[in-house]
Amino acid sequence: MIGMTNLLDPHAPATSPRTVDEPPAPYGDVTRSDAAFRAFLHGLPGVDQVGAEARTTVLASRSIKTTAKAWAIDTAISMVDLTTLEGADTPGTVRSLAAKARRPDPGDATCPQVAAVCVYGDLAGVAREALAGTGIHVAAVATAFPSGRASREVKLADVKDAVANGADEIDMVIDRGAFLTGRYLDVYEEVVAVREACGDAHLKVILETGELVTLDNVRRASWLAMLAGADFVKTSTGKVSPAATLPVCLVMLEAVRDFRAATGRQIGVKPAGGIRTTKDAVRHLVLVHETAGPDWLSPDWFRFGASSLLNDLLLQRQKLRTGHYSGPDHVTVD
Amino acid sequence: MTSTTRTDPTPPSPFQYAPAPESRSIVDIAPSYGLFVDGEFVDGTGEAFKSVNPATEEVLTEVAAGSEADVDRAVKAARRAFTRVWGPLRPADRGKYLFRIARILQERAREFAVLESLDNGKPIRESRDVDVPLAAAHFFYHAGWADKLDWAGLGPGPRPLGVAGQVIPWNFPLLMLAWKVAPAMATGNTVVLKPAETTPLTALLFAEVCRQADLPPGVVNIVTGAGDTGRAVVEHDDVDKVAFTGSTEVGRSIARAVAGTRKKLTLELGGKAANIVFDDAPIDQAVEGIVQGIFFNQGHVCCAGSRLLVQESVHDEVVASLQRRIGTLRIGDPLDKNTDIGAINSAEQLARIRELSEVGEAEGASRWQPACDLPARGYWFPPTVFTDVSPAHRIARDEIFGPVLSVLTFRTPDEAVAKANNTTYGLSAGIWTEKGSRILKIADQLRAGVVWANTFNKFDPTSPFGGYKQSGYGREGGRHGLAAYLKGAAE
Amino acid sequence: MSDRLAVRKTYKLYVNGAFPRSESGRSYEVTDAKGHFLANAAWASRKDARDAVVAARGAFAKWSGATAYNRGQVLYRVAEVMEGRAPQFTEEVAAGEGLSTSRARAAVDAAIDRWVWYAGWTDKLAAVLGGANPVAGPYFDFSLPEPTGVVAVLAPQQSSLLGLASVLAPVLAGGNTAVVVTSRERPLPAVTLGEVLATSDVPAGVVNLLTGDAAELGPWLAEHADVDAIDLTGAPVRLRLELERSAAGTVKRVVRAPETEPDWAADPGLSRLTPFLETKTVWHPMGV
Repeated sequence: MIGMTNLLDPHAPATSPRTVDEPPAPYGDVTRSDAAFRAFLHGLPGVDQVGAEARTTVLASRSIKTTAKAWAIDTAISMVDLTTLEGADTPGTVRSLAAKARRPDPGDATCPQVAAVCVYGDLAGVAREALAGTGIHVAAVATAFPSGRASREVKLADVKDAVANGADEIDMVIDRGAFLTGRYLDVYEEVVAVREACGDAHLKVILETGELVTLDNVRRASWLAMLAGADFVKTSTGKVSPAATLPVCLVMLEAVRDFRAATGRQIGVKPAGGIRTTKDAVRHLVLVHETAGPDWLSPDWFRFGASSLLNDLLLQRQKLRTGHYSGPDHVTVD
Repeated sequence: MTSTTRTDPTPPSPFQYAPAPESRSIVDIAPSYGLFVDGEFVDGTGEAFKSVNPATEEVLTEVAAGSEADVDRAVKAARRAFTRVWGPLRPADRGKYLFRIARILQERAREFAVLESLDNGKPIRESRDVDVPLAAAHFFYHAGWADKLDWAGLGPGPRPLGVAGQVIPWNFPLLMLAWKVAPAMATGNTVVLKPAETTPLTALLFAEVCRQADLPPGVVNIVTGAGDTGRAVVEHDDVDKVAFTGSTEVGRSIARAVAGTRKKLTLELGGKAANIVFDDAPIDQAVEGIVQGIFFNQGHVCCAGSRLLVQESVHDEVVASLQRRIGTLRIGDPLDKNTDIGAINSAEQLARIRELSEVGEAEGASRWQPACDLPARGYWFPPTVFTDVSPAHRIARDEIFGPVLSVLTFRTPDEAVAKANNTTYGLSAGIWTEKGSRILKIADQLRAGVVWANTFNKFDPTSPFGGYKQSGYGREGGRHGLAAYLKGAAE
Repeated sequence: MSDRLAVRKTYKLYVNGAFPRSESGRSYEVTDAKGHFLANAAWASRKDARDAVVAARGAFAKWSGATAYNRGQVLYRVAEVMEGRAPQFTEEVAAGEGLSTSRARAAVDAAIDRWVWYAGWTDKLAAVLGGANPVAGPYFDFSLPEPTGVVAVLAPQQSSLLGLASVLAPVLAGGNTAVVVTSRERPLPAVTLGEVLATSDVPAGVVNLLTGDAAELGPWLAEHADVDAIDLTGAPVRLRLELERSAAGTVKRVVRAPETEPDWAADPGLSRLTPFLETKTVWHPMGV
């Protein structure tokens, strides 16, 4: 690739020889060439889909009751990246969401606040202002979300704009087209570039697993993102189906677990899209607990990208507190 | 000498699963049980024995022991039913009775699951998700065969043998009953079944199901008791067929006992399966498969993957992953829905597991067990991994029938096959590799009746199960399993 | 009677592709049905049986690993060579069993036809006895017949060639290797069959023929830990129970002896194939 123009993205700053940050030890040399990187990613242990699904089925049958359920619900609430990613979003809808993030249950001060509010980059400033002093993070999707089909320059500009607007977390998408055609080093390089553009903002790398299709690809893409400096690996944009599934999350949790064991660096995981019920959330927490381990059971290391999930968590929380079932009028509409 | 190592206790997780016990109120255990003969519960003439909950040592009930005379009554009832009712019955109607039984088992699934876990000590998750649904599936599957035997490929006009005497073990009490009773009934035989001494209760509940299904009296007879009762069943002159699942030692004595008779015999005996992990295996699933292979049902599984053969280049990685995974296993109350490993079935079995584990250490293998709290009462043994095991060690050769894994290594496929086959058993084996052609080659070379590739301990009524060598003969399940109960059958 | 002095044949064992004398040095007189001397045959000892088992075990991997087509061709070749020896077999069967030449020839023809029938089975067994099992889950699951291993055959005492072919050919067709104790009184067709086998592409050790006494050798074979199955057809009545009991010690597959020798001309179906076949079931997940 030395000195070659990127055919798909002629404006990409990938001029002569690649000068990208080295991955952490002991993987310093795996990105030395396309061939080496491909060999590394394809040398990762395969994932047997049936076995992975069987494992999550067993874990999904865990029975989480009473005190454990109460803990899980509060923990899940504190892990929510409360998200709105609609073309119709306005400063008003974002402020409304921010209010909900600060005080998910207006009737109960003991209810924890969520981890972050996730918006498009142009609204990050609105969110930042509305959340000032709360400790709630502002996450912005960037890099031509959700398709990622734009030039490198545009993507980086998108990221810088979101950070300038006040986002302290950037949710980028990888170039799935490049990944699926085997141009792993291009994808890697782009993540590194975005990482640099983020400055102090945390970087979540969206793999869009629904387009990667196989669990082998999920594992490879997770490793690619981690090696490139991601702080989080995230399943999906929420715009593609299937989005977050338990087997996908399992494979990503295995990846972050193995990555920390090898490099000492802990990476977070964020399933996003399709997690709507408390039961779904609790199943994910069980998965975290029994795969990556308790160290990941905090909003610093595990997030839910969701919108409607929060209300279901609140309804279940009310049920546990009052002993009777609640109804939709007892939680706020977003 | 002790080389036992335990992982350091990790700080308690913030996520403590609260107890989630399945209610035992769904089962109603009577203070005592008789035998089920000719459609009635009758007193046994042997000395009654107690059935104990192995998780608590609580006595659950008292069960009649069948004497020779009781067995004789049961065989006579079975013979009468065979000649007068079950034999002449339209095959389609025979099938309908089996369908009924399958449905009732499904309807009463929770009751069976709870009772099985109480009596056996196995986790409710397994009795609920494996034993009981599979038992129902066996009846449902075989029900369909009843009027299709001419198309089973076993030769023209296959006919039932008559009275089947069946002796089953304690590791899967209801499921083993289903494996025996369903094909026998579907092929037109009648049954005298002896459940294991320590786990008779689900068989007795099954007797109730037979009544609920209006099954003609005498088609299924259940005679509880210990070894003597089993011997009386096996040796009874009017039994045409003997089917046994259990230890190789008892299997040999049964083969001796039926020698020189007309009785047709099938044996499903012990095993010491090799679970072979190649360096290109899907490691996370392989680790799950190893865990499932040896810790499923506390390792009380004849086809358990009790010998892990791991390629030297990934030995350390696999063992480390395995230990980490074992650390997440939840051991305790079998009725808790989150329990992964329940109680050892009996004090006797616990003593054997302990003894062989001590031999393992004495012979120089390294024992590893996770830090775990075991209940104070009941029979418990933590999941255990032995490394530095050589093929000459007893823990690499003897069936332990408990949650104890012996780890050996290999370097080449030939060495893996040679070590895997280096046993007098031949029931099952596992292969883990992403390379398809290697799977088929190794599967071809393994002398074992069931080979699980990239999976382990999977069972299905359509899939024949049974051993090579001293793991027994005959198959259970599938088209092949029918042959064991038919005359003039090709197998 | 011509003046020429006949060249008499020395009757030996057939073990591991060679024709040794009994290691014991023993031989016994074989007579025709009327009691006239025919030949001295080797009288196999327990050590010959032991050597034969070693040979059969050694040959198992290659024979069971050969393609079914190849096994079929080899067995058919045996029938071809038998056909060429038909007059010799006829003479031996007639003398040993006391049959007219035409009835002896009919028995020989039937034996050859039986052998051909089994030669044609080798590559059908997997399709007829195996299959895919539709398990309730994302797995491909199939079952295949495989040979049991080393089979000890106590050949019929009466039917010296048709009976022998009827019990031996199915063992071989399934891919097993065999240690055969021939009819004690009528061993000569078996000896000739050994010569046929030696010249018809059957690998050494696949068939081992011991002339001698089933009563003497049977117990050793029934107890032998490296014998996987035993056919008691030619076992003496008084020993049958004991042999079956002995076989139980290593969980051998046992084919019991019929009360009297069956009509070997009858269609055997699969009854002599399946007792020496195991069913192997293989599971594999189906995923992407």
